[in-house]
Amino acid sequence: MMEQFGLLRFIPLIPLAGAALNILFGARLRPQFAGFLACGAVALSFLVSLAVFWLLPASGVFRDVLFIWIDSEPFKAQLSFQADALTAVMLLVITGIGLLIHVYSLGYMGDDEGMTRYFAYLNLFVFFMSLLVLADNLLLLFVGWEGVGLCSYLLIGFWYEDHTNTIAGNKAFIVNRIGDFGFLLGVLLLFWEMGRQGVWTLNFSELERAAHLLRPESVTLITLLFFAGATGKSAQIPLYVWLPDAMQGPTPVSALIHAATMVTAGVYMTARLHFLFSLAPATLAVIATIGALTAFFAATIAVAQNDIKRVLAYSTVSQLGYMFLAAGVGAFSAAIFHLFTHAFFKACLFLGSGSVIHALGGEQDMRKMGGLRRYLPTTYWTYLVAALVISGAPLTAGFFSKDQILWQAYASPNGSTQLWLLAWLTAGLTAFYMFRQLFMVFHGACRVAEPAKARLHESPAAMTVPLVLLALGSIFAGWLGTPDFMWGSVWDPWLQSVLGVQEAVDDAAPGGELFLMALTLGIAALGFLLAFLLYGRESRVAERIAATTIYRWLAHKYYVDEIYDCVFVRPFTACARWLAQIFDPGFIDGFVNGVASTIRAGSLSWRRIQSGDVQHYLFAFLAGTLLIFAYLLGR
Amino acid sequence: MSGDMILFFILASLSVIFSLLVIFPRNVVHSAMALAATLFFVAVLFLTLDAPMLAILQVLVYAGAIMILFLFVIMLLNPAALEGRRIAWWTLGSLAAVALLLELVSLFFYRPSPSGQPPVAAAFGGPETLAQSLFTDFALPFEIASVLLLVAIIGAVALAKREG
Amino acid sequence: MAPLNYYLVLSAIIFAIGVAGVVIRRNFIVILLSIELMLNAVNLTFIAFARYLGSMEGQVIVFFVMTVAAAEAVVGLAIIISIFRHRRSLDPREMQLLKW
Repeated sequence: MMEQFGLLRFIPLIPLAGAALNILFGARLRPQFAGFLACGAVALSFLVSLAVFWLLPASGVFRDVLFIWIDSEPFKAQLSFQADALTAVMLLVITGIGLLIHVYSLGYMGDDEGMTRYFAYLNLFVFFMSLLVLADNLLLLFVGWEGVGLCSYLLIGFWYEDHTNTIAGNKAFIVNRIGDFGFLLGVLLLFWEMGRQGVWTLNFSELERAAHLLRPESVTLITLLFFAGATGKSAQIPLYVWLPDAMQGPTPVSALIHAATMVTAGVYMTARLHFLFSLAPATLAVIATIGALTAFFAATIAVAQNDIKRVLAYSTVSQLGYMFLAAGVGAFSAAIFHLFTHAFFKACLFLGSGSVIHALGGEQDMRKMGGLRRYLPTTYWTYLVAALVISGAPLTAGFFSKDQILWQAYASPNGSTQLWLLAWLTAGLTAFYMFRQLFMVFHGACRVAEPAKARLHESPAAMTVPLVLLALGSIFAGWLGTPDFMWGSVWDPWLQSVLGVQEAVDDAAPGGELFLMALTLGIAALGFLLAFLLYGRESRVAERIAATTIYRWLAHKYYVDEIYDCVFVRPFTACARWLAQIFDPGFIDGFVNGVASTIRAGSLSWRRIQSGDVQHYLFAFLAGTLLIFAYLLGR
Repeated sequence: MSGDMILFFILASLSVIFSLLVIFPRNVVHSAMALAATLFFVAVLFLTLDAPMLAILQVLVYAGAIMILFLFVIMLLNPAALEGRRIAWWTLGSLAAVALLLELVSLFFYRPSPSGQPPVAAAFGGPETLAQSLFTDFALPFEIASVLLLVAIIGAVALAKREG
Repeated sequence: MAPLNYYLVLSAIIFAIGVAGVVIRRNFIVILLSIELMLNAVNLTFIAFARYLGSMEGQVIVFFVMTVAAAEAVVGLAIIISIFRHRRSLDPREMQLLKW
């Protein structure tokens, strides 16, 4: 059931127009105006998204065809948008949370010189991200996919005067490119394999109809390549290393791009192509394993970080691992549900940390914070709510969505006890590191240095209002997808039209889910308790733990960056240096210059032929004529 | 050997000798006079080929008008310096010319040559038949030739005019 | 009456002499004379073929060749005068600016 819906094109186009206005005329306007312009653009976009969400019929699809983009028989690609239930949810997240973060940025970036540029990038990001989720074919999706990567790069290196920021931006871009290369290969391979079956298309609905034509081994390869793209964009093992470094960007950017929206593009893509992934059980197993491992691995690292944003960054990697775990066991709906709730509480956490950093004038080390509860009450309370939600406190969004994933990891036909165990341990670690952070930042004695302490202040309303809204959302967003023994999920039937009816979980024991829930709550409570004992009171234990070898390993992130540096970066740069300094000047230039100088020397001697004497030329002409004549006679 | 053949050979050898005399002498005036003689003997050859009108034109226009023009220019310029001669260059040029001659001749004897000439009408080659062709079938080229001559006259005046 | 080939060979000889003159001689006027020689050799061929084929076309062509030759001689001599005025010489080797 498809309907034409002409408003669809305005969701990406309004932010694009906002970005264009800011880029072209921003320099002549007041910086404040640039912020309002960007906020207005996203607000309009959000209103259209709401309208789409409201008007979208059950199991219906809105389409908006702009024009035919590539017309090369037999292949044809349209520049057209489509919105189904999945897209509508993503649009709400992107434009809704995007709007809150835009408003927050008005306060956070209020006195920054590059405000016009900042808001232009931010709007551009909203454009590309909505393009990504609205695309009705893989090519257009890829445009959005690359576009958000570009915006991410631009915003990580936003304060480009500091060299480390630029390096972080480069790292994010290059690591993403590795994944994108896999993704592009996947697109091309899919196109080729489909073409061999006579179906020249990259359109999602047509692909879904023709997916069964593909050979099983090629589906596995294609989906693995797609997943390689997802590991880059969504920061999974082995390509997660860029995300913690991406925290060099402004904090609202971390909240919007590197927590709520862009990094979930991989999850969205997996759900969008679920019909392909469902055909490749081997790939699903890989995804589930990598997802569970990433979730656990990143959570252990987060335990030992002291940078307030880095803890959240590893937490994001860990939560993304949850989403891929869900996708890997075939529970795409649960993955998208967690994506949805995660967007709220992680954005809230990031914005809260931004509020703290703002109050401290740029300080990010948690060891130099503490006791901020008294100075930043609103921030504290919203932070507490979000921390509870991510830890899985009962009846909050994180509780429901995480519980659904854990249950699916255990009970789904593709799930297993090992996967569940990893996810369960991660739940405990999550509670531990979140409350460790909370206690270190907001409780205990104030360790802030004197000059900064005097200036401590609660953030302006532009920043606190989004925080409160997001905290409320964190609590209530999860009520859409409660388990069956409560009032059931309105979420799953809504997405069923897109993702198909999930394979029935063995429902023999409804008590099983309750029991697992209790176990999860138990370990989360244990994590909370540990955090309280170690960091919540004045205690020497924390310092002793900090001296252990294992803590040092964790604090150095298992030395993964160093290993990558030794194994990939150094040999690569050494090779590049050899090519640039020895091979290129010696061999390539030598060859080119050799050819040139040989020809030059030859020309210098042969130019004597050009005597300028007409009769010499005439004689040459005569000789040539004689030769041709002789040849014709001799034939 | 018939009288025609004897006449041909005499005329042929005379025109070859005089054309050689065009290119050998150092004095340009001698060359020009030799060319006039050659043109005259070729005109007689035209006569033997039943082209009386063209033979007359050859003597009048070529040997008459054009050669006079040449002589005027030679005397006008009066080039005092005589050119030097390099044996190597002369040998090379002569060899090339001989090679060209051999190739042309071998082309003519490629097929067995027809002997004798077919009979033609008595008026062939006379002014009347030539005029007939020129003013009917070739009227347009004839007019174009007149334009060409006009252009040549203007061009020559423009080129040879003293600047300023 | 002499056969066609005799005339053709004679015209080939005169033509070759003309070519030799153009290549060898270092004097513009003699080069121009040699060109006239070559044109005349070609004229002879035309006339011989016209006689052999019994057709007037050959003679008409010779008529036009004479016209063109007259034009060529006039323009050529004008150029020679112009060159001589500039260079005080008739040697083609003096005119070799267009090299290298």
